[in-house]
Amino acid sequence: MLGKLSWAAIPFDQPIPLASGAVVGLVIIGVLAWITLKGWLPYLWQGWITSVDHKRIGIMYMLLALVMLLRGFTDAIMMRSQQALAFHSGGYLPPEHYDQIFSAHGTLMIFFVAMPFVIGLMNLVMPLQLGIRDVAFPTLNSVSFWLTATGALLVNVSLVVGEFARTGWLPFPPLSEITYSPGVGVDYYLWSLQISGVGTVLTGVNFVTTVLKIHAPGMTYLRMPVFCWTTLAANLLIVAAFPILTATLAMLLLDRYLGFHFFTNEAGGNMMMFMNLIWAWGHPEVYILILPAFGVFSEVISTFSGKPLFGYRSMVMATMAICLLSFTVWLHHFFTMGAGADVNAIFGITSAIIAVPTGVKIFNWLFTMYGGRLVYSQSLLWSIGFMVTFVIGGMTGVLLAVPPADFVLHNSLFLVAHFHNVIIGGVLFGAFAGYTFWFPKAFGFRLHEGLGKAAFWCWIIGFYVAFMPLYVLGLMGMTRRMQHYDVPAWHPWLLVAACGAVIILAGIILQIAQLVVSIRRREELRDRTGDPWNGRSLEWATSSPPPPFNFAVLPRVEGRDAYWTMKQRARQQTKPGAEPSYTDIEMPRNSATGFICAFFATFLGFALIWHIWWMAIVAAVGAYATFVVFAWRDRTEYIIPAEEVARIDRANRSARGEAFLPMEATP
Amino acid sequence: MGTIRLNWLGSALLLGATAFLGGCNAIVLDPRGPIGIADKAILIDSLAIMLAIVLPTIAATFAFAWWFRASNTRASYLPDFTYSGRIELIVWSIPVLVIMLLGGVIWIGSHELDPAKPLPSDKPPLEIQGVSLDWKWLFIYPSQRVASVNQLVVPAGVPIHFSLTSASVMSAFFIPQLGSMIYTMNGMTTQLNLRADEPGTFLGLASHFSGDGFPGMHFDVQAVPAERFDAWIAAARGTGPTLDDESYAALARQSMNVRPFTFGAADPALFHQIVTQQLPPGPGPQSGRPNPSVSPRTEH
Repeated sequence: MLGKLSWAAIPFDQPIPLASGAVVGLVIIGVLAWITLKGWLPYLWQGWITSVDHKRIGIMYMLLALVMLLRGFTDAIMMRSQQALAFHSGGYLPPEHYDQIFSAHGTLMIFFVAMPFVIGLMNLVMPLQLGIRDVAFPTLNSVSFWLTATGALLVNVSLVVGEFARTGWLPFPPLSEITYSPGVGVDYYLWSLQISGVGTVLTGVNFVTTVLKIHAPGMTYLRMPVFCWTTLAANLLIVAAFPILTATLAMLLLDRYLGFHFFTNEAGGNMMMFMNLIWAWGHPEVYILILPAFGVFSEVISTFSGKPLFGYRSMVMATMAICLLSFTVWLHHFFTMGAGADVNAIFGITSAIIAVPTGVKIFNWLFTMYGGRLVYSQSLLWSIGFMVTFVIGGMTGVLLAVPPADFVLHNSLFLVAHFHNVIIGGVLFGAFAGYTFWFPKAFGFRLHEGLGKAAFWCWIIGFYVAFMPLYVLGLMGMTRRMQHYDVPAWHPWLLVAACGAVIILAGIILQIAQLVVSIRRREELRDRTGDPWNGRSLEWATSSPPPPFNFAVLPRVEGRDAYWTMKQRARQQTKPGAEPSYTDIEMPRNSATGFICAFFATFLGFALIWHIWWMAIVAAVGAYATFVVFAWRDRTEYIIPAEEVARIDRANRSARGEAFLPMEATP
Repeated sequence: MGTIRLNWLGSALLLGATAFLGGCNAIVLDPRGPIGIADKAILIDSLAIMLAIVLPTIAATFAFAWWFRASNTRASYLPDFTYSGRIELIVWSIPVLVIMLLGGVIWIGSHELDPAKPLPSDKPPLEIQGVSLDWKWLFIYPSQRVASVNQLVVPAGVPIHFSLTSASVMSAFFIPQLGSMIYTMNGMTTQLNLRADEPGTFLGLASHFSGDGFPGMHFDVQAVPAERFDAWIAAARGTGPTLDDESYAALARQSMNVRPFTFGAADPALFHQIVTQQLPPGPGPQSGRPNPSVSPRTEH
């Protein structure tokens, strides 16, 4: 009846997962009870869960990312403390637990922190920057989010029901095959990623369509903010690369469930095929993450320098060049496979070539600052911290692309230091720069600057203290994923690295404090005009938070830095333009499709993991039926009457008009 | 000129860093064989080439960020400085030139240091067959007909040709002080050529995660003078168990933190039988909570 599932699957003998699972469970029950008692359930259902508004979906993506960041960071602290303790001893985590922790850490941080964070930012910002009312397929957007949430939920269920994969964040066969990993861990990994992967591909299709086809009048491709270009590039990569991931994981599923032999030792299976396929997705994946971050830095550096971005066309070219080149380098992840000198040399050179457009971007940000008036907001601090940190990470990355150097550094802690250097220093700093930059746009009040800056300093110092020792350890021959070790020289450096993780923890605590303090002091941090940073692109042309329809009248774009140009003209004319004529606006209706679909998908995934076949069939039929019901709906849109639009817009125009006056007084 | 001076600066910094790391057992930078020495040279050269551009970039970032702060009244504000053909040319050509230089290093280095390439020597190479098992290393000396587990003894100054495979899951064979690592895979053989220049004891390890017992897969590599190597072979031969199909099947079962030992006799055809799967791949975990199909466990 319940397949492999029984009470014995709960790790009653292991206090750590059980206690943390219980705490999380209590928190969830507490929050749900609080919401119910306060009577907020209808608001939550109508305003958020069934919302198809790109801004709300974006916010929910980022909330998911932040919560998962806490889980992923808990894993990181456990790994650092285990390695600090496990010199000549077993530490406090047995191998079967430690191996799950580093696998879950990587899986969560990439798929359920970095991905939702950048997708959340793109969701929130890209339609506003393009001057439009929503993405191309709003309901699909909601489906994408909820399927991603399903994946995250399944990974976390594995904490207390069964186990998670012990094979690393990419489950290399034959270790991940049924012979060597007969448990449910790899199945949790596979089904979580298959379900969330569907969501990601749908996002890719949705965003590529939006950026290519839907623009405000006058918003030509070469007037789009660079963040929109990086969104386009990242989503083209999603559309091209994620199907490879889905197909590869499907082959591994066939091996595990139906006795196929794609990657097994026996019957002609080939594990190197898995390596090739997974990295053919995996390397574009890192650019899916970093390109939107590059977009964020472009917006932040330009805004706080008070200048347009330097070398806009170069930036666009570099972005699209990276987009193409990212598909030509995957083999550098396994130079040590013994493929031969020509193969290694060619992939080494293509990998080094990617450094060219990336270097161009760094120089263009540098020259954006040149001749600027730099206002040191927290977002700019993250950006400058990124520029310095990322060139170091980029350099060690190119070093690893030199095959003979890789032959002695591959799989070492040097490699671990390198990719954390670019993912923390690049993607995460970009996410935080974007979070602090667009927070007032999303919620109508700014984040506390002092606490934000303190968090930045903890993060960047903690990062260097935690990861520079890992470079050294790599040069000392220490390989990754060691649950214990006997080399005395490694021990002090691992102690230092653990201290770094504690400093980062302080940064995270400060970020939580910043959020709490900012919410409590929201009145004094209120952004009344919708343009708190003297912004340049169209998201600042509407109120904070924007109305559901974003713009009362679609803005008319007459150049790059569209809103900056409008402000310049208004200032010359000493007043904002004349009031436009308002018309009724049609907006897409809320839809529960995404949530219900994900509800069934959660049961589908769980049932497949535990071999509960009847439940899998019921859930699959349920998910399909949800789509059919959605496809047969009659009313798809609702009307916001012109008077309502006018009322909302006049309030914003008057706030904005007041804000223009003091600016005008300055010479 | 400027670049050359910066290169000097980079090299000086690198030398300093090397000295510092040498003091703390950075064994990758303290190689004891020709492959390791060549790997290190390429690593240092590539790093120096890149530091020549990375260090000025970091310095410029700090300089621009500080000088153009809004409160600095002496800094000029150039809100229209958004394009300069000359700067664009420079920002594209500097990285292109660096990568062209590095591309040459990559091309030559990959060919010179191809792991399968035999080492030039007047002595015939010593053949060693390595097998990664769950979770220990088996080394077979086919000509000498002995074998060892988690222990590798090699003659110093003699090139060694390793043929490597895996009995079960993927792993990687790595002796940091002798140089390049390479993967081991079931059903396949990888080639690696190394040499220890002088006698010494080096760390050897598995550098690819392979399951719960993986951290215990390290071994001492003893490079000894040729006559002591012969003595070791002679001492090993005839003492200890025999490596045949039966003892191999027992060895292939999962076990952790295995103490080093030698086989007094080894079937030289065994490696071939493993690679061709005439001897089946090692079994996976046999016990678990509540059973291996939910959460496998290894006794340890």
